[in-house]
Amino acid sequence: METPVYPAHNYLSNGHGLKSWLLTKDHKRIAILYLISISAFFFLGGLFAVGIRLELTTPQGDLFQPDTYNKFFTLHGVIMVFFFLIPSVPAVLGNFLIPPMIGAKDLAFPRINLLSWYIYVIGGIFTLFAIVAGGVDTGWTFYTPYSSASSSTNVAATALGVFIAGFSSILTGLNFIVTIHRMRAPGLHWFKLPLFVWAHYATSLIQVLGTPVVAITIVMVFAERAFGFGIFDPQRGGDPVLFQHLFWFYSHPAVYIMILPALGVISEIVSTFSRKRIFGYSFVAFSSLAIAVFGFIVWAHHMFVAGITVYAAMVFSFLSFSVAIPSAVKVFNWSATLHRGSLSFEAPMLYVYGFFGLFLIGGLTGLFLATLGTDIHLHDTYFVVAHFHYIMVGGAIMGYLGGIHFWWPKMIGRMYSEFWSRISAILVFVGFNLTFFPQFVLGYMGMPRRYHMYPDEFQVLNVLSSGGAAVLGLGYLLPVIYLVYSIKYGEVAGNNPWGASGLEWRTQSPPLTENFLEVPTDIPEAYEYTPKVIREAKLV
Amino acid sequence: MHGHDHAHHPALQHHFSTMSQQREAGVLGMWVFLLTEVLFFGGLFITYTLYRMWYYEAFAAASKSIEITPGLINTVVLIGSSLTMALSVRASQTNQRKATVNWLIATIILGSVFLGIKVYEYADKFEHHHVPGPSFQFASEHGAEGAAHEAAPAEGGHEVTMGPDQLQRTTQIFFSLYFVMTGLHALHMIVGIVILFIITWMAHKGRFDSEYHAPVEMTGLYWHFVDIVWIFLFPLLYLVERHN
Ligand code: HEM
Ligand SMILES: [Cu+2]
Repeated sequence: METPVYPAHNYLSNGHGLKSWLLTKDHKRIAILYLISISAFFFLGGLFAVGIRLELTTPQGDLFQPDTYNKFFTLHGVIMVFFFLIPSVPAVLGNFLIPPMIGAKDLAFPRINLLSWYIYVIGGIFTLFAIVAGGVDTGWTFYTPYSSASSSTNVAATALGVFIAGFSSILTGLNFIVTIHRMRAPGLHWFKLPLFVWAHYATSLIQVLGTPVVAITIVMVFAERAFGFGIFDPQRGGDPVLFQHLFWFYSHPAVYIMILPALGVISEIVSTFSRKRIFGYSFVAFSSLAIAVFGFIVWAHHMFVAGITVYAAMVFSFLSFSVAIPSAVKVFNWSATLHRGSLSFEAPMLYVYGFFGLFLIGGLTGLFLATLGTDIHLHDTYFVVAHFHYIMVGGAIMGYLGGIHFWWPKMIGRMYSEFWSRISAILVFVGFNLTFFPQFVLGYMGMPRRYHMYPDEFQVLNVLSSGGAAVLGLGYLLPVIYLVYSIKYGEVAGNNPWGASGLEWRTQSPPLTENFLEVPTDIPEAYEYTPKVIREAKLV
Repeated sequence: MHGHDHAHHPALQHHFSTMSQQREAGVLGMWVFLLTEVLFFGGLFITYTLYRMWYYEAFAAASKSIEITPGLINTVVLIGSSLTMALSVRASQTNQRKATVNWLIATIILGSVFLGIKVYEYADKFEHHHVPGPSFQFASEHGAEGAAHEAAPAEGGHEVTMGPDQLQRTTQIFFSLYFVMTGLHALHMIVGIVILFIITWMAHKGRFDSEYHAPVEMTGLYWHFVDIVWIFLFPLLYLVERHN
């Protein structure tokens, strides 16, 4: 095997200077723009989390005023959900990889792709403005009438920021749908697509169908604040619970915008490292679509105690249980794929193992919450906080980081430190559990969310949680260092360092601007890991 | 593989292989976008439906206070503009440059007439204090008697009537929805007119021919959609209880 050389011509070398980046229409460069901007927001959201965890190390409210604390958890939630997690996997990895995975030169609408990034940035600026102007304290859920009438903080600016960012998400989804329908290389039919692409297709459907509903809801809240209209105002006969319905009609599916693409990442990594086709390919593919569809009919499980009728609650409880089925299908199929496959312990795979454990716990605790009786006890406690962090941080971010580590050699053309990447994966896993497992217990014992004080007997678990957060933070910071370091000093990766079968590994790393010299024609089956293919892939 | 031997159409973008692939992608993209729009307005329609069920009387009274003629004229104007739009698409497909431009200009004019009439209507609402908020006035002028007339049978068949207080409060919901719905619709019209200007200019420059006219087609799809939204808005807002 000859040592790979770093290709002289690639998308990174094609154009220099800020302008070549800010005006680029290359999906790969736009992915990098997104990577940088969402990382910045991740960092900012992280700072607010640091504030929250510091305050909660002691039972007294001694660090912040209650109002300040409210702003901290609101901004943490708003930034992490709308400006980091929703764009994370699709806008970075999806953007970079979908075209090469389907043998295309670019997404269907390169200019709209760039536009989506600018829209994201403008939405971000509104939110940053709201922070500088004094913050916002409604919680990321913007419940009325507090958000529409009572709160005296910068709700309008934040809501506008979220509204605008929503359109960036819609445009990304639209671009993916059209690309997957119309830009596949000749001979690449749907059932040869990587599951990563299927997952993004399902995600895009949610983005396109769900986001406009939250957008219009925000418009109504905005009109109420800005012009004194009264759509959710109880004093004029408006119904605040209607706001919750509309909000969760988007925001429950939105949790699948965050997790589905990560599930796609997991499929790619699992099959590559176990050198096997994903067990039950079409089940996994359709389970993504099933999740997208079911995701739209369970929203009221967030409102069991908000005054909906008991019959509605029973129906939504039942439907919420059924979402667990397609999720479980995936987990079982991955396990079956790993079974008797060749196990390995590279960093991407470590993230995947971590993901399995955390996603499983997150999903199972979702069932506790979907059960009417238990939810009355657990609603609005730290149990809910732990549940969604297990899925969104434990699941989605583990998937995202696993994906970044898996495709980094493709994106940058160089390898990162194997040692440090493993250390960081382990730190993230340990830190995460230390941070959030105690929160299940706290919630079960009755500690409510969104308060800056608590009774003394909760302190031990809270201190554990804050300590864990420090470890987790370190685990997140390490990759920034060794990944950035690798850009310049990493070993040259070669086309296909993992010996993976996907089309994106056939082209050079980093790819050419047009991805391929020739449109690929001999399209393999998805995940074709026959001994012959493995041998040849290793030679590349 | 795909005709590298013959010259590319100048409008073919580098990442597409053929003109038809490019066109199909564009049109599909437009349809997906319109799907988004359906859900965007759908949120409003749901909200409208619920409140109309709860406060039918207020909706009927408020709707009756709206002058019907401008809305009717606007409906005709918009349907007319959809016709001119369709004719411009047809003209662009058949290489009739002059006709394309003319029909597009006609569409712009009709769209502007619609907006002009809308401005008149909004001004009227301001004058009558029908804009929700602190200065809103409804009950005093339209009185409880007027509403009692239209009293709708409620659950259990009882006649309920709203007192002036309640009318004053709940009609604000109607007018809030009126302004949000028609306002967003007008915003879509404005965006549409801006796009029409660009398309007209491109058509004038001779950019379109029978092989490349997707932008005109897509603008048409958008325009018809905005038109259809109005076709729903008009009866919902102007005609709640006009039958007697
Ligand atoms: C098996 C599937 C799942 C079920 C049955 C489920 C169930 C629930 C229920 C019933 C609640 C409401 C608890 C309450 O407020 O009392 C909840 C909250 C939440 N879940 Fe899940 N969940 C599932 C998966 C997910 C996934 C995949 C995500 C994210 C990727 C997620 C994110 C959230 C979030 C963010 C909240 C809290 C929102 C808030 O109030 O701030 N869940 N879940
Ligand atoms: Cu949910």
